[in-house]
Amino acid sequence: MTTLFTYLFSAIPLGITLLYGSVGEILTEKVGHLNLGIPGIMCVGGAGGALALKLMRDSGLPPFMIVIIAILVSFLCGVLMGAIYSLLTVTLKANQNVTGLAMTTFGVGVMKFIMSKISTITAAPGYLYALGYFRFPFAKSLSALKYFGVMLYLGLIIAIAATYILNKTRVGLHLRAIGENPAAADAVGINVDRYKYMATCIGSGIASLGGLFYIMDYGGSPESYKTIESLGWLAVALVIFAIWKPLMGIVGSVLFGLLYLAGSYVPGLFGISITLAQSELLKLLPYVVTVIVLIVSSISKKRENQPPAALGIPYFREER
Amino acid sequence: MKTNEKRIREPLFHVVKRAQIPFWQAMAIRLGAIVIAFLFSTLLASLLIGRNPIDFISTFFGGAVGTPRKVWNLAKDGAKLLCISLAVTPAFRMKFWNIGAEGQTLIGALAAIAVVFYLGGKIPNAPLLVLMFFAAVIVGAIWGGIPAIFKAKWQTNETLFTLMMNYVAIGLVEFFLKVWVTSGSGVLGELKFGHLPMVGHKYLLLIICAVVIAVLLYIYLNYTKHGYEVSVVGESENTARYVGINVGKVVVRTMILSGALCGIAGFLIVSALDHSVTPETVGGMGFTAIMVSWLAKFNPLTMIVSSLFIIFLQNGASEIADMFRIDSSFPNMVVGIVLFFIIGCEFFINYKLKFRESAKKGDKA
Amino acid sequence: MNRPVALELKKVSKYFGSLAANKDVDLTVYRGEILAILGENGCGKTTLMNMIAGIYYPDHGTISVDGEEVVIRSPKDAFEHGIGMIHQHFKLVDIFTAAENVVLGSDNGKKYSIKDVNQEVQEIADKYGFHIDPKKKIYEMSVSEKQTVEILKVLYRGADILILDEPSAVLTPQETDKLFDVLRRMREDGKSILIITHKLHEVLSISDRVAVLRKGEHIATVETAQTSTSELTEMMVGKKVELNIDRPEPKNVCDRLEIKNLNMTNIEGVKVLDNISFTARSGEILGIAGIAGSGQRELLEAIAGLKNLDSGEVIFNRPKKNLPVSFYHKSFAEVVALAEQGKFHYEDGTPVDFTGMSHAKIRELVNGGKILFNEDDVMNLRDKTPLQIRELGVRLSFVPEDRLGMGLVGNMDIVDNMMLRSYRKGHSMFVDRKKPGDLANKIVEELEVATPSTHTPVRRLSGGNVQKVLVGREIAAAPAVLMAAYPVRGLDINSSYTIYDLLTRQKENGVSVIFVGEDLDVLVELCDRILVICGGKITGILDGKTTTKEEIGLLMTKTDITPAENEEKEGDGSEN
Repeated sequence: MTTLFTYLFSAIPLGITLLYGSVGEILTEKVGHLNLGIPGIMCVGGAGGALALKLMRDSGLPPFMIVIIAILVSFLCGVLMGAIYSLLTVTLKANQNVTGLAMTTFGVGVMKFIMSKISTITAAPGYLYALGYFRFPFAKSLSALKYFGVMLYLGLIIAIAATYILNKTRVGLHLRAIGENPAAADAVGINVDRYKYMATCIGSGIASLGGLFYIMDYGGSPESYKTIESLGWLAVALVIFAIWKPLMGIVGSVLFGLLYLAGSYVPGLFGISITLAQSELLKLLPYVVTVIVLIVSSISKKRENQPPAALGIPYFREER
Repeated sequence: MKTNEKRIREPLFHVVKRAQIPFWQAMAIRLGAIVIAFLFSTLLASLLIGRNPIDFISTFFGGAVGTPRKVWNLAKDGAKLLCISLAVTPAFRMKFWNIGAEGQTLIGALAAIAVVFYLGGKIPNAPLLVLMFFAAVIVGAIWGGIPAIFKAKWQTNETLFTLMMNYVAIGLVEFFLKVWVTSGSGVLGELKFGHLPMVGHKYLLLIICAVVIAVLLYIYLNYTKHGYEVSVVGESENTARYVGINVGKVVVRTMILSGALCGIAGFLIVSALDHSVTPETVGGMGFTAIMVSWLAKFNPLTMIVSSLFIIFLQNGASEIADMFRIDSSFPNMVVGIVLFFIIGCEFFINYKLKFRESAKKGDKA
Repeated sequence: MNRPVALELKKVSKYFGSLAANKDVDLTVYRGEILAILGENGCGKTTLMNMIAGIYYPDHGTISVDGEEVVIRSPKDAFEHGIGMIHQHFKLVDIFTAAENVVLGSDNGKKYSIKDVNQEVQEIADKYGFHIDPKKKIYEMSVSEKQTVEILKVLYRGADILILDEPSAVLTPQETDKLFDVLRRMREDGKSILIITHKLHEVLSISDRVAVLRKGEHIATVETAQTSTSELTEMMVGKKVELNIDRPEPKNVCDRLEIKNLNMTNIEGVKVLDNISFTARSGEILGIAGIAGSGQRELLEAIAGLKNLDSGEVIFNRPKKNLPVSFYHKSFAEVVALAEQGKFHYEDGTPVDFTGMSHAKIRELVNGGKILFNEDDVMNLRDKTPLQIRELGVRLSFVPEDRLGMGLVGNMDIVDNMMLRSYRKGHSMFVDRKKPGDLANKIVEELEVATPSTHTPVRRLSGGNVQKVLVGREIAAAPAVLMAAYPVRGLDINSSYTIYDLLTRQKENGVSVIFVGEDLDVLVELCDRILVICGGKITGILDGKTTTKEEIGLLMTKTDITPAENEEKEGDGSEN
């Protein structure tokens, strides 16, 4: 029984890391931009937050302030990355795939650079002191419950808020319209470029929190930042799995977390023996499932489950 | 009757598409962007470390091309990157956004290593190499062909599909490593068989292969009927249908070619360099290749220059990282920054800003 | 006329390059009236309306709303002045509901709630008598429902002046009637409605007044009650202009292409071709006249094998009787097989028998032109792809309307564009650029294409030169049938004459030319016969030498042919 709890309680926080990334990517894709820079942005977000924490170590600020400031800094790092991406793809109409990949190259580089600066080989990383602050209220727990820290709830709140904004507000309506048919949105007087900037920057900000959450909660070790990039790609996959719906993203993130960790827990749970190799195959499942979702939704042609119609296509008004 | 003129609050400028730009001017804009980007990264690095920028530049060039060994390394890494960049090019010419080169190359490498693992030492080296080659090519072609079939038949988004296929390939490598390495360490180590023969220098054969592929691909794309069809489909599917081209067939055929070329790249990497496989065998080059191909405007011969350029940046920046004890990730940052500038500068090649003065004449032809 | 003026245009002009789309147009619209804007294609109706709706900005002139001069720079500005336009091409988000599309982009300051919006939309719909479900998704809608959503969008924003750009073009007659009822109700509500159309019977049935435009200029505005079809037609088409296009007598005319009962329905479920039957003959130019979008494009694409038909036949007759056999389109084996079936004869009339002959001998006979066909070739091209048509040896050339989007590849140079049709020739895997290069040089020289070289991407050429390249290539294929859709659209006078001349020369060479045109003066002078198409139906086939612009104009706008009118049409036919 305890294994089942540990399995579930480990999968959820891992999933929430992905959830941050995918909710951010969903916002960006909803305005028609495929941002392949999400892994890089998550890296920068994590590193930015860690840097802020290190600088605040001896500031004597109360823990909750430290957490809030770290989150804000991380968010702003993401916004900054989003701004570079939007400048290139929205204003300068550059190729989205190439820009996104360059963002990831750059972001991974920046993260490793910062992290290597603040965690020297000799001393423990200067940010891990705050681990307990982030894992509030279960910091003292010895079970996997300790991962249920503040940012886990924040992730859920953001996903729910994103759903609300996308589906129930005027802003959401405009965002979705831009991703489907920017010319139609433009014709009714919506400022397409401004919305694109807004969605991309905020989306990147949200995604970057995923990086911070991972290193300051689930990862929780000096080396954990090295995993962020691959989790970032999994977050992009989750967007497809969630068929561009943040609420589906919550379900999908837990599922992805469970699949990702299946190799470590499933054998113990069911008393079956599984080789190391087979556990590697289990790790493949999230991607395979995503491909299947992608194929099924394209074959079914159900209009609501398709990628935003204008995804990847730059909008230039004079080409009407 | 220009009564409205005074009240027009036109924006300061508006953006129009350029009809054409002289070649030298386009190159000058790109070169300018590279120089600015380079200076920018130098400045950034000196600020971060607090050293003299001149030191950086000299170290940079020294690191990239300072010694014969470094030049060979530059050529070797350039050839590796070139192979993969060439592989993605046919698909991009067709406007098929294949970002799965990483997986297609890796799976090719895996297939070649699998052949060595099971048959190495049991059959002579020459047939072994041939088998490795075909295994890599076939598996790479399958990896590239699957998304294409779905694209041709159901319009499945190829960017997302090929992206996912990368991770499936990485996962399969992890899987086979665990199967093959019984100790569970997941490190295969260098295999003794299936090495390409050494011609002159140990990297020479690889370099020759890459250049030959570049030339062949250039001929294929520009002088064959298939290549011509690829261009027509990429430019306009409507025109393709008008002249009776079967678009779906061309898409699948070209992606199979793309995947097969990735397979060759994978084969070359393992048979000429690594003699082993890890999830990091391709090490993100599949993604870098997309940028290299794009930088070269999808021209295989120009790609020789653009892949060397990217490696030049990486190797130079690596040297700086070593010398000044910065993290080894520094090259990534530099490449990222330079790419941002090049990507951005394309705007000024494709579009021009029309300022209010010139816009007033209303010469909208 | 004591009604208040809603909208007034004074001396409004708009130029595209040196071309005047509108020149000093004056227009007055009153509150609570329906004003029809009538004119031929390209007369500047849509440009004028776009200026009112904020899509274009006028180069000269003023626009006043409710007596106050205004500046309209964007659709948003237009909305603020209570002006809304319903375009021909709908701008709707497919996966949104009707209500979501209606509310998109507007902000009334209230909290957004889809429930309220649904209700508001329903209220407006009820007020004017629209039948629509606000919760229905656009992609599930018919064209007429989509149009309703566009109108609701404008009404929701409180527009008092509505502009409709050819609203009935996509509707069935019943749907049009319903729409007109709604428009009348809006008029009673005090709205001003401008409706762009070229259908005369609609003008007469719905409008209060008619403004006629011709070649960018405002001709007159008349009270509908005091005008007639013939008066309007005359104002619309203007006096006959002498163009002096050479029209030689057709020679050796024979039936080349027989089109039988073609029917086609487009993706939106609208019938675009309705029982089309006609014959195109070799050695003559068959003109096709009609309002843009009456099915001309679909007709040509169906013949070319680019669109699937619901029913009908496309019969191609190849006169082969007594003509020499060649290996050009038939393989050696095929020729031998046909000979076995007794399909050939020698010049002196004796049947051909290859038995016992060596391959070399057969080859010599065929290449020497000694073997002749017994009979003509007749084949059905329906449901054949362009490639299959070519493989049958049918030389069908097609100059499509969309030159750079379909006929040519903009980023390729002239030489590469020459190969589009012919690159498959030969068994080599390489393309041969030698012959296309020669052809490119020949075309550039003969047709006087202004280009730096034959290696210039065609995108950089001017419209006229692009067209010369395209027409030149299609003619170079030595076609049996040459179809050209609007080949002179956007061309200057000289280039246009070059194209007319090319078509006429093809006709003299025995090609069956099908010419889709929009300038009635040209059609009347260039074509031997003119087929008039309206709403996917043929409304008449006229003799080019005796017909008049007025006659064509009337047939072009005749949507619903009542039995009585049908008789009249047949009467017209016998007169000519």
